[in-house]
Amino acid sequence: MPFLIFTLAFLVIPTFYLASGSFQNLAVAPNDPAHGAFTLQNYSALSQPNLADSYFASIEISLVTAVVGGIFGFLLAYAVIMGGLPRFLRSALMTYSGVASNFAGVPLAFAFTFTVGASGILTPLLLAGGVHLNIYSKTALELAYLYFQFPLMVLIIAPAIDGLRKDWREASENMGASAFQYWRFVAFPILLPSLLGTVILLFGNAFGAQATAFALTGGSINIVTIQITRQIRGDALNDPGIGYALAMGMVAIMAVTIGAYALLQRRAERWQR
Amino acid sequence: MTGTPGGLSTGSAASVSTRGSAASVLTRGTQRPAATKPRRGPASFVWWIVFIIGLLYFFLPLLGTFAFSMRSEPLFSAYAVVVDDPQFGQTLFYSFLVGIITIVVSTILIVPTAFWVRLRLPRLRPYIEFITLLPFVIPPIILVFGLIRSYSGDPFPLAGSDLGSNVLLIAAYVVLSFPYMYRAVDTGLRSIDVRSLTEASQSLGAGWITVLVRVIFPNLRVSLLSGAFLTLAIVVGEFTIATFLARPAFGPYIELIGGNRAYEPAAVSLISFGLTWIAMGLLGLIGRQSRQKIQIAGAH
Repeated sequence: MPFLIFTLAFLVIPTFYLASGSFQNLAVAPNDPAHGAFTLQNYSALSQPNLADSYFASIEISLVTAVVGGIFGFLLAYAVIMGGLPRFLRSALMTYSGVASNFAGVPLAFAFTFTVGASGILTPLLLAGGVHLNIYSKTALELAYLYFQFPLMVLIIAPAIDGLRKDWREASENMGASAFQYWRFVAFPILLPSLLGTVILLFGNAFGAQATAFALTGGSINIVTIQITRQIRGDALNDPGIGYALAMGMVAIMAVTIGAYALLQRRAERWQR
Repeated sequence: MTGTPGGLSTGSAASVSTRGSAASVLTRGTQRPAATKPRRGPASFVWWIVFIIGLLYFFLPLLGTFAFSMRSEPLFSAYAVVVDDPQFGQTLFYSFLVGIITIVVSTILIVPTAFWVRLRLPRLRPYIEFITLLPFVIPPIILVFGLIRSYSGDPFPLAGSDLGSNVLLIAAYVVLSFPYMYRAVDTGLRSIDVRSLTEASQSLGAGWITVLVRVIFPNLRVSLLSGAFLTLAIVVGEFTIATFLARPAFGPYIELIGGNRAYEPAAVSLISFGLTWIAMGLLGLIGRQSRQKIQIAGAH
């Protein structure tokens, strides 16, 4: 099938190339007999403070934006679906979420720079309020990521909230359950796989992001995707093998993330039929 | 990824949850109407606050960007400069063209595969689905890293030439489009009776190509359009892959003028936002006309 050949050529082979390179000794000159020999050195090199820090920072940013974006996105979706807000706000929010969750990368970074950056429009106001936001910091990056994170949460969680049937609430009320008990024993357990799965997806979404971070901080922030950027631009580590190991570490984390998401989503769909 | 097997559309489900009160009053005479109404009054005050915070989060950066672009004298001159810049039109055209080719290639690869799997090899469906999820596991930065390293030397030195780099760019975008296109097509195929349509066409003497092009394809128009607009929205502003392949695309252009200009980047950012909005608006229009559920978010 052409589909499989295409996938092999432009997805599997490139990934395999990085994977095999990550197990080779590429630190020595090509004419050295040790060049290309099997090694695990590249992976142990990931414990270098600089590289380990980039992983920690990436994980921290992804975790914070996934949890905060997840909670806020859920509340927002719940507000328009169940909170008694006018109906037209719901379709407005869904349209906006479609746009905002796809509005990432360079323009998003610029929008934040122009708004809260050094000469941003809102910066004087923030400074007057005692808030000093460094646009090159993790906090600024997290604020920017949230711009696409919580709309994505809204998009994915809305069908799950819709799937909460009126009958379940009525049934629990008829049996004398309080609102808290309904949430604790009915709604929350039903929503849990969706909530968890989507938060995990948001984690992966932030973890793999490069353009926004690059454009916002000018490539100065130490996260994994920026480390890989440096590695592609020029061999920043003087050892291509470590660059490949860096990439494979990222793939491993993404694989776990997407795998967990797919699993939880499958569980969640049971209730949405 | 958000597709639900039952084909439960967001629109119809919405009417169930927020307009359910009237229906349940009619069907259950004993039910107190108040119990099924969405909560109003004091409780929804909290939800208004949540909504307004969301609104501010959404509009403040846009308003800030707009206000910033207005700092250039005379008014709207930043936009005039951008539109007059030949590179603006060229890069936008380039990205748009790449987007269209990506959609065509992706369609040609995905439709026959999804069709064949559905008709003859349903056992393989989980595996194909797994493959189409791989682009989420391999983020663009890793994909382009691998592509550059695999195709800069013999036997396929694609990254060395303009044509080769264009091929790599489109190939990478096609890979990125797989999750959206496959899901869209698979949902579309689910809503039609593939087997009967195929057997009917074949009994009338149609070959496989005819079945695909003249029967299956027209039935998938709506699904394909939704996948196409999403792909377009992702491809036109894409930065990571285009920049490493040194392509004259719109994403790298925005970044480039961000480095050399003061107010124009604000103008371009807003234009880019407008383009995303148009693509999503068209997607929403299609969604409203079809009963199918459409996925409307990409990865970054």
